[in-house]
Amino acid sequence: MTSAIETAARVRAGEGRAADVLEEHLARIAAHESEVHAFNLVLVEQARAAAAAVDEAVAAGRDPGRLAGVPVALKDNLCTRGIPTTCSSRILDGWKPPYDATVVRRLVDAGAVIVGKTNLDEFAMGSSTENSAFGPTRNPHDLGRVPGGSSGGSAAAVAAGFAALGLGSDTGGSIRQPASLCGVVGAKPTYGLVSRYGLVAFASSLDQIGPFGLDVADAALLLDVIAGPDSLDSTCMPDPPVQASSRLGAGVDGLRVGVVEELASAEGLTPPVGICLREAAEALAAAGAKVDEVSVPATVYGLSAYYLIAPAEASSNLARYDGVRYGKRIVPSPDADLTEMYLATRSEGFGAEVKRRIMLGTYALSAGYYDAYYGQAQRVRTLILRDFEAAYRDFDVLLAPTAPGSAFPLGEKTADPLLMYLNDVCTVPSNLAGHPAVSVPFGTDHAGLPLGVQVLAPALGEAVMFQVAAALEAAAPAPPVPAMRRMGGPA
Amino acid sequence: MTAMSRRITTEGRISAKEVAHVARLARLRLTDEELERFAEQLGAVLEHARDVEQLDTAGVPPTAHPLPLVNVLRDDAVVPCLDRDEVLAQAPEVEDDRFRVPRILGEAP
Repeated sequence: MTSAIETAARVRAGEGRAADVLEEHLARIAAHESEVHAFNLVLVEQARAAAAAVDEAVAAGRDPGRLAGVPVALKDNLCTRGIPTTCSSRILDGWKPPYDATVVRRLVDAGAVIVGKTNLDEFAMGSSTENSAFGPTRNPHDLGRVPGGSSGGSAAAVAAGFAALGLGSDTGGSIRQPASLCGVVGAKPTYGLVSRYGLVAFASSLDQIGPFGLDVADAALLLDVIAGPDSLDSTCMPDPPVQASSRLGAGVDGLRVGVVEELASAEGLTPPVGICLREAAEALAAAGAKVDEVSVPATVYGLSAYYLIAPAEASSNLARYDGVRYGKRIVPSPDADLTEMYLATRSEGFGAEVKRRIMLGTYALSAGYYDAYYGQAQRVRTLILRDFEAAYRDFDVLLAPTAPGSAFPLGEKTADPLLMYLNDVCTVPSNLAGHPAVSVPFGTDHAGLPLGVQVLAPALGEAVMFQVAAALEAAAPAPPVPAMRRMGGPA
Repeated sequence: MTAMSRRITTEGRISAKEVAHVARLARLRLTDEELERFAEQLGAVLEHARDVEQLDTAGVPPTAHPLPLVNVLRDDAVVPCLDRDEVLAQAPEVEDDRFRVPRILGEAP
């Protein structure tokens, strides 16, 4: 597989055709998508038309853009005009958004070729992509295992070579955890760096769109393409965006790296994760960084606070699925009234995990409990922000595990929601703080399955975060490559 | 607000009856089996959240969202909006350019 940066350079220079790049990826999809189920929808004809347009532009002497001819997979909670956007939920059956998400416009404007809409846990609620109304996605490294989630389809698509880049959304780890389990790079940017116009909302104070790539430079480039102000999203920062790619290759000499004690010893971590984290820290020290342990005490409350705040916001956001304006409507009997229509539509349209989170959130916001749960979780959020702030007085970036373990077998955690939620223990603090974090492949478990290490940075610290991520990548053992990705095309 | 909805049991768990109350608030119709299962599962999550519940946060202000932005404004310029017909085409039922819904007022119980 060629990197996205190399592909775009060759296409822009007229040394390779976008159409050929696309066909290589479509051939892998044709051969292996039935095993992986990364996509809810593959956009074969639209992608061919987009690739042809890129090639025509090059032939006519116009620059198609920084992602010229690069195939990209979109998580299916990003709106695409006139193309079904399902959130892997039955309640959006038949819905075709009347507009494109801002990130989709920016991809198209940069010459990217959108190959399809990828599977996710319903409304991005889950850590395994098993909560999809359309069935689970499987991990390209081992088809008996999950790809992680909720952006499991995009992570699997990139790992399998179905697309060179992917977009996901990360509310509590939904980009970084599947990136770790699939052996790819995945980043959650600073809250407010990327427009969320056209991202179907889950928990609005936490959601961010972010990139997947096979390497750090590709992921940073994709972030640079999608970042920046947008008049259609008032939660998007109005300032010119930071340049994620600006310090790649600068090394880590003299940088201060703190290993977060509380996350390095978090609940449920498996031994290989600790080993990889230690090796990653040693590798950075060997490259010249000043590495030390650091305590960020309030992060131990992150998971509990997250599983009060995110469901509370979700219960409010998902009130819009009422069968009135779009999507599914179920009228249980000819004389049913509005309330009966709401009940039937929502009860049949939502899956079990979505109902569970709506229930949890409604409970946490209900009279008599609001302050004990939601209000208290918001105060804990302040404590987490303060503790990170203190840590960043002494350190440029922080290091932590991404997920508690490698990819787990399908079905292993579906019966126990709390066990599934524990997947997010090391990722949620960054969402609560609004800070960026990236997962970089670093080592494997005893079965050869990939593991990731997280680099965390303060708000708008993307440049130094990717700088350290690139150094980690350079020092990491070569990550495993799924057999299906080796198929076809230049190596 | 009923006395029931204020009660936090000694285990921090919630009863099937409370789950049924919350389901009504959330406009979800749950089966008896779902009520029992959700009571147990939500109880386990709330039990895990006891560390947060019991933390002393006196004097700590809440953080609702992490961005220091207030009152983001744009120029008050006329720009094209979504096409009405395209939006209405997505609705389950439409009448006279409006969303049509089942009757709102039921028969008196």
